[in-house]
Amino acid sequence: MPFSHAGKAVFYMKNHGSDSLIQVEDLSKAFSRGSDTLQVLQQISLSAGPGELIAIIGPSGCGKSTFFNILAGLLSSDSGSISLNGKKVPHLRGRMAYMQQKDLLLPWRNTLDNAILGMEIQGEHKRLAREQARDLLITFGLEGFGDRYPQELSGGMRQRVALMRTILCKKDILLLDEPFGALDAITRSIMQKWLLKVWGQFEPSILLVTHDVDEALLLADRIYVMTSRPASIKGSLQVELERPRKITKPDMVNCKEYLLELLEDELAVPEP
Amino acid sequence: MKTRFVNTALPVALLGILGLSWEASVHFFKIPSYILPGPWKIVRVMWQRMDLLAAHAVVTLTEIGLGFWLALVVGLTLAVLIHSSRIIERSFLPLIISSQTIPVFAIAPLLILWFGYGIGSKVVMTAIIVFFPIVINTVEGLKAADPDTLALLKILEASPGQVFFKVRVPQSLPFVFSGIKIGVAVSVIGAVIGEWVGAREGLGYLMIHANAQLQVELVFASIFWLSILGMGLYGLVVVLERLLVPWRHGESNK
Ligand SMILES: Nc1ncnc2c1ncn2[C@@H]1O[C@H](COP(=O)(O)OP(=O)(O)O)[C@@H](O)[C@H]1O
Ligand SMILES: [Mg+2]
Repeated sequence: MPFSHAGKAVFYMKNHGSDSLIQVEDLSKAFSRGSDTLQVLQQISLSAGPGELIAIIGPSGCGKSTFFNILAGLLSSDSGSISLNGKKVPHLRGRMAYMQQKDLLLPWRNTLDNAILGMEIQGEHKRLAREQARDLLITFGLEGFGDRYPQELSGGMRQRVALMRTILCKKDILLLDEPFGALDAITRSIMQKWLLKVWGQFEPSILLVTHDVDEALLLADRIYVMTSRPASIKGSLQVELERPRKITKPDMVNCKEYLLELLEDELAVPEP
Repeated sequence: MKTRFVNTALPVALLGILGLSWEASVHFFKIPSYILPGPWKIVRVMWQRMDLLAAHAVVTLTEIGLGFWLALVVGLTLAVLIHSSRIIERSFLPLIISSQTIPVFAIAPLLILWFGYGIGSKVVMTAIIVFFPIVINTVEGLKAADPDTLALLKILEASPGQVFFKVRVPQSLPFVFSGIKIGVAVSVIGAVIGEWVGAREGLGYLMIHANAQLQVELVFASIFWLSILGMGLYGLVVVLERLLVPWRHGESNK
């Protein structure tokens, strides 16, 4: 069966809790703006097994980045818990590398030096780190741009440098917040294939936020669909299809229809 | 390229026109040269008394240079301290800012009294003037770090030292340089005032001396030298900035 229903997926999670590397339960978060509060996350629960690639899709502004920021320990949640290997943790920092939605490249560092920032902070030798980064330039379509400053790069290139920086942290959990959002269709497809390759090679657990249903279907083992704000998990979909996947295959089309149905009611809600 | 040419050509042309009309007015109105010499005469004196002028210029330049270093070392240190401690910030910053209401002229005689007729008092005078823009700009630069960038460093588990050297320092460099540029522009004032109040050498001293003897060409020659010094120092800072803050010029270099 290509996918399980929402209710079933929750059942699956609760029963295999001990198998999962990351387990998020009933995470809620509200922002207070002066006197009124903005509920952003409403009891989010999900899990990711070791080496799983999980996609999260939801309407923009629903709270996906907020969710990641809580996982990364940049924000604290109001209630709920995060567990790592069955043990409660305040956040995943130390185990994860997090590529934020903004590329956040340092303007005084060129491409190579931006890419090695994480390694450098972890204490790796600068020269060795640069060598590793240089080897990746071609893969990331940045050949010849190693000594350019971020201001000289296009949005898509900057995003790839940020992804490079994240990958080079060599953590076994990756949080990727719309990593391919600024890329054109062709580059995006190349980067998706490359991400699958890296994933196959090092088997990190990946949580990937995207607003692109196709991307989620092409990449993920499991897809969670978020409601519009306040975000909760509307449903999930286990995608047990062989890779490389083709978006035109009948199974994929079925999956896509299911996801779009889940998303449909949510997309109608206007942005505040 | 074309705009750059225009940007240089325009002020140079204006300078030429001003010089010519100056020269013409002096002749036309028959102004005696002990009141206002024409630029040609001044240039001639600059050439004839080159050795004298250069000797005094070296003194003034030394005062400016040393004063600048003093201001830079003290200013940067203080800025880092102000940045690192709220208590230091709250106690020092208001005093530093209000100290600017004291005219430097007023304390010049005291500085001569304390640091002597020689180079010391001028160095201190220059440092006092230059110090302020450097401190204020550096403090602002250290504070300017973007919160998202700081969050990134947190995610990467950077130590406070790494945050300081990998983010705050480079982030503040352009600010430091704008402080230094303002400092350069006013540094000449510091040295000259010091020399006016009491000195035996330096371009400021030479001006006062020549003025008393109605050698107005020499006064103007000293002024020209001072502005050449100022412009040279400014140019030096611009070159240094290009070397140390290359990302600001990334686009135009390549
Ligand atoms: N620090 C914050 N303070 C107040 N409101 C915030 C803050 N961060 C995000 N929000 C609000 O929370 C909502 C969710 O934001 P976000 O998580 O960035 O959404 P998404 O990533 O799904 O597009 C938005 O309405 C946003 O305006
Ligand atoms: Mg977002």
